[in-house]
Amino acid sequence: MSSSTNTPTHHTSTIGSIGAPSRRNTELALLVFAVVIPVFAYANVGLAINDEVPAGLLSYGLGLGLLAGVGHLVVRKFAPYADPLLLPLATLLNGLGLVIIWRLDQSKLLQSIDQAGTAAPRQLLYTALGIALFVVVLIFLKDHRVLQRYTYISMVGALFLLLLPLVPGLGANIYGAKIWISVAGFSIQPGEFAKIVLAIFFAGYLMVKRDALALASRRFMGLYLPRGRDLGPILVVWFISILILVFETDLGTSLLFFGMFVIMLYVATERTSWIVFGLLMSAAGAVGVASFEPHVQQRVQAWLDPMREYKLSQAGAPGVHSEQAMQALWAFGSGGTLGTGLGQGHSELIRFAANSDFILATFGEELGLAGIMAILLIYGLIVERGIRTALAARDPFGKLLAVGLSGAFGLQVFVVAGGVMGLIPLTGMTMPFLAYGGSSVIANWALIGILIRISDTARRPAPAPAPNPDAEMTQVVRP
Amino acid sequence: MNKPLRRIAIFCGLLVLALLIRDNWLQYVKADELKADPKNRRVNIERYATPRGDIIVDGKAITGSSKSKTGDYEYKRTYKDGAMWAPVTGYASQAFDASQLEKLEDGILTGNDDRLFFRNTLDMVTGKKKQGGNVVTTLNAAAQKAAFEGLGNKKGAVAALDPKTGAILALASTPSYDPSAFAGNSDDDAKAWNKLQKKNNADDPMLNRALRETYPPGSTFKVVTAAAALENGLYPDADTKTDSPDPWTMPDTTTKLPNEGNLPCKDATLRVALRVSCNTVFGKIGADLGKDKMLEEAKKFGFNSEQFTPVRSNASNFPTEMDKPQTALSSIGQFETAATPLQMAMVASAVANDGTLMKPYMVSELSTHNLDVISQTQPEKMSEPLSEDNAQVLQSMMETVVQSGTGTRARIPGVTVGGKTGTAQHGIGNSEKPYAWFISYAKLSDNSSPVAVAVVIEDGSANRDDISGGGLAAPIARDVMKAVIDSKK
Repeated sequence: MSSSTNTPTHHTSTIGSIGAPSRRNTELALLVFAVVIPVFAYANVGLAINDEVPAGLLSYGLGLGLLAGVGHLVVRKFAPYADPLLLPLATLLNGLGLVIIWRLDQSKLLQSIDQAGTAAPRQLLYTALGIALFVVVLIFLKDHRVLQRYTYISMVGALFLLLLPLVPGLGANIYGAKIWISVAGFSIQPGEFAKIVLAIFFAGYLMVKRDALALASRRFMGLYLPRGRDLGPILVVWFISILILVFETDLGTSLLFFGMFVIMLYVATERTSWIVFGLLMSAAGAVGVASFEPHVQQRVQAWLDPMREYKLSQAGAPGVHSEQAMQALWAFGSGGTLGTGLGQGHSELIRFAANSDFILATFGEELGLAGIMAILLIYGLIVERGIRTALAARDPFGKLLAVGLSGAFGLQVFVVAGGVMGLIPLTGMTMPFLAYGGSSVIANWALIGILIRISDTARRPAPAPAPNPDAEMTQVVRP
Repeated sequence: MNKPLRRIAIFCGLLVLALLIRDNWLQYVKADELKADPKNRRVNIERYATPRGDIIVDGKAITGSSKSKTGDYEYKRTYKDGAMWAPVTGYASQAFDASQLEKLEDGILTGNDDRLFFRNTLDMVTGKKKQGGNVVTTLNAAAQKAAFEGLGNKKGAVAALDPKTGAILALASTPSYDPSAFAGNSDDDAKAWNKLQKKNNADDPMLNRALRETYPPGSTFKVVTAAAALENGLYPDADTKTDSPDPWTMPDTTTKLPNEGNLPCKDATLRVALRVSCNTVFGKIGADLGKDKMLEEAKKFGFNSEQFTPVRSNASNFPTEMDKPQTALSSIGQFETAATPLQMAMVASAVANDGTLMKPYMVSELSTHNLDVISQTQPEKMSEPLSEDNAQVLQSMMETVVQSGTGTRARIPGVTVGGKTGTAQHGIGNSEKPYAWFISYAKLSDNSSPVAVAVVIEDGSANRDDISGGGLAAPIARDVMKAVIDSKK
């Protein structure tokens, strides 16, 4: 320590960007599991039903792996700081859904009533389209704030999509709910896309109006009551959801849109009163419509007493009676704690929509309580990662959009799973990613794409400060 | 905006929690109930997924299974001589559930019974498919055949027991049905089923008359009355003159109880009274003993309670509330007295077994498909309606009936047969055709009795006089007894 003259010191004193870890390798590792688990499940189904490993195992595994790989590479390139869980979780659900759809394809009963047979290859195609849309979103949507520019176009677009099923000749009534349109032989559920477009509109609108909605209020009984004129937007949205309920006879879609709006309104204004208003209005709306709409009444009847409904349908009683609610409960009950094992249940007894609206019952029967809890937790994780993204987002529009999309996703899971399990009346929506149906898969991949984009923006390190010409080192001129 | 965001996160968590709780309720708490719900088609799919175990008579299966060609039920029940065995097997139908042995021993037959757990686990480990166990019955194929063919086109029933053990040897009921006809779940099966229902078929072929129909037993009940007289010491033996006026006016009335024809019934001994079937003698015994003593004796023979063989039989009835003339009528098997054929076979068997009534049963053992015994039925004493001495007195009286009384047509060369005929009037003002009854037992030279039998025929012929127990029912009883004795040789 005597002569310390030449001790070199290495200070990295660069200002700014100490990057958060990108977590892309975590995502890759999780994706491997998300692909391998469905592949094993697929082999399991084949062994259980046909006593042999299905011939399509390799191509199926490669297909899913390829799609996941493309998704991963695009995220790595275009959204390197994105949340690492969203893509693997969605891939896992999508893969498991494909397996169960293929499993139901094998059922002779479902084939005989034209409910299955070739659904799995088509679903794989839809998945590819979904991933393609996911890729497009990530490549072309460099910054989610761009969407803010399309606030009012989104409103028009969402209304257009929502009203499409009511256009005569285009709308199709499937299983009693008019939420489909039929184009060139394809059934499309515009509501799935409307969900996203509407979230963009709400986010853009509320970002602008939030101060007016939040501050201009009177205090009454501990609640901040909004001014009359500020009630306008919520009334309009409420009215539209009532219209959906009445004309498209779909409680789920209606609940989803109104619920999403109330959540976003609450986040935008931080006013609990909106929640109270929202709950009161949706309760009034639902009860009001149920008092005169027979389709909704029938759904409520089937929910309150599925056994009675089953007996009526067996006896061929007049009116629309469905044994499905009871069949779904039997499927869940017969699964028990650990399930019958993939391919060994009898969920084909549900018949109509066994691989779409009711697909969760097959999971329940064949994977049991354990499997369903795992799946519900995966959904829960997706929702919470979405809200985590909203928390991390730095701009209000991003926060609102992220919470709107994840809230809608969560509500949809609750409404569908709750309906199939008899917690609430059945509605005509499908489990995101699991259920058979092109619109649902494609729209939800787009939803995940947007969430990943927002999370990337949120976690991306702040750009290094631009070099300031004034800050250049003063040159000392020595004589 | 972060505070509401956190609350929304909690809210979404609660939604998932609600789903998790509901799922636990559904798949844990309610699972067993939903799983076993008979309306849950999986119950039947499982039941018919493997060949059903067989019901066995004399070492041979009287049932089988065939592979269904359509539908989700893999195997279908088949029956050999279904109509003959229907009162024993019941049916197992994919569409219409199951009955009797098929229903009661369903767990063994399907292989789901807990007692087969070990065997099933073993099979699972060794990679074999689950197989149902077998139900081995006590029935005697030759006796059943004799009973069923003896009844022929007539409406009626036969029940035969082994007096020593209570084992059921024959249980026939006509008209019968073939359970194969509706074992599946096709439209044809439904048509066959509907055709057999009582509302579409006045003959009610699906009624198991041997166990589930009670008939007024008529004069065959006099055996019970005679037993009561001996047991209560009203008369000491078969050959003491009784105190019986003829005609006899029923107590508290001015109504005379008639005999069938001009019979030597005045102060007749019990032996003579039973031989010619005196209403006056046995009516007066009933009135003299009173309803309580009569009821007590009837109950000892098994009246007024259901029997579980394990297939349930209806309770036979001896009235509990009645006045003296009604007691007199009940004691000759009229008024409200009603008995199943099984009950009357029990009466004959108790007398034949020296006074000890054995509990009737038809399942001797349950076994696995490879014949390991799961459980065996041990003969069980049910009651002692009369002492050994009195039983032997009654035996000698019943043997007289067959040797020189109304039951001569039941005689079997080389075998001692004791019996009693009955012709039970019924309908308002006795307008309907009477029921022909015959109960009997056979006794071999070593004094052992291998069989007791009861036969009832509802409507043998248009000729009233011909419908007598001795004429119609006795030959069937004889053939059944002979079949049992021959099969023992």
